[in-house]
Amino acid sequence: MSQLSRRSALGASATALAGLTLTAFARPNGPPGPPSAGHDNRAHSPEGHGHTPTQPKPFDEFFKGRRIQGAPSQHEGHHGVGYSVRIDGRELHVMRNADGTWISVVNHYETFAGPRAVARAAVVELQGAQLVPLL
Amino acid sequence: MTVRKNQANLSPAEKRNFVEALLELKRSGRYDTFVTTHNAFIMSDTDNGDRVGHRSPSFLPWHRRYLIEFEQALQAVNPEVALPYWDWTADRSPTSSLWATDFLGGTGRSRDGQVSDGAFAVTAGSWPVSVRVDGRGFLRRALGAGGRQLPTRAEVDSVLAMPTYDTAPWNSASAGFRNHLEGWRGVNLHNRVHTWVGGQMATGVSPNDPVFWLHHAFIDRLWAQWQARHPRSTYLPAATTPNVVDLNDVMRPWNDVTPADMLDHTRHYTYDTAA
Repeated sequence: MSQLSRRSALGASATALAGLTLTAFARPNGPPGPPSAGHDNRAHSPEGHGHTPTQPKPFDEFFKGRRIQGAPSQHEGHHGVGYSVRIDGRELHVMRNADGTWISVVNHYETFAGPRAVARAAVVELQGAQLVPLL
Repeated sequence: MTVRKNQANLSPAEKRNFVEALLELKRSGRYDTFVTTHNAFIMSDTDNGDRVGHRSPSFLPWHRRYLIEFEQALQAVNPEVALPYWDWTADRSPTSSLWATDFLGGTGRSRDGQVSDGAFAVTAGSWPVSVRVDGRGFLRRALGAGGRQLPTRAEVDSVLAMPTYDTAPWNSASAGFRNHLEGWRGVNLHNRVHTWVGGQMATGVSPNDPVFWLHHAFIDRLWAQWQARHPRSTYLPAATTPNVVDLNDVMRPWNDVTPADMLDHTRHYTYDTAA
């Protein structure tokens, strides 16, 4: 591959990531639709995604005492995410795998069916702790 | 010449020297720079974009170079130290000597996952977790929680038998040796071990747990074993692959080392037994 096609330095990538983190939920037309708390029993089923690049639906619910939210972001194609997840209002870095499964920075080596399942797994992992801003 | 040994065979003095070198790197601030680097790559490596450290062919040479750099930092503290490896197919229990108080300490307590014995317990005062994704500043583990099992030797052998290093699309969806060793497909070796340890090892800041280095030293050794088993196979892709580090491309963050430079580990270290 050409070196010119690659982001020039790690520093540039980190800066771009920080920008994504700060702005993902600051968009006026971003955030989620109506809450769907308590109505989802499909933790292990696909959440509106698959091998096609369709976006998972927004969600906004309480899980084990934490507010978890997910919504498409305005950064489609940038960093390959296009979807942002929050726990108690704080950004959870998530990533979609090529096979349509998802991971987060809190569960980075275990895949989940979708962003809601990733958010719930993070709540379990956090044991009440708050996320902190990404590096 | 650096000789990397099975952690199970280290003498008490070797364990002590390794732990003390880790604590000195932590005290100096050098250790946390390695955690920061790893997390930056793990968050930016994506299946459809640039990918260098993970979910890509360069997963293995990237981590080889990263471990060499870390081992050199340890050796700047104590030249006698080498990275040990953890053969988790053999030492597969939370009661293994790896997790004893004189080495890495044990699993976390049930209430909050906090490791509470050994040199890396927060209560010992020398191992604050500073590069983190949540508010908790203490080392956590949940060894084998939920009945999880480490990979078996038979599962490892099934992956070592794969003759092709890697395949398009060169990411977490690939067939071939690299992705099966990394664990995104198939029996799942490397990824599953991170999850089995739990705590920070399951997160993007996994090098906060010193077992990270012993896990990756064994993954690195499995690469060497695969090379010995398949002498006519080599690193792929060879050239001109978008977003992917080809054989002779340089790898970030060093920008002066290629996968080709990393194929022969014996230029840098050997193992205690033949690969």
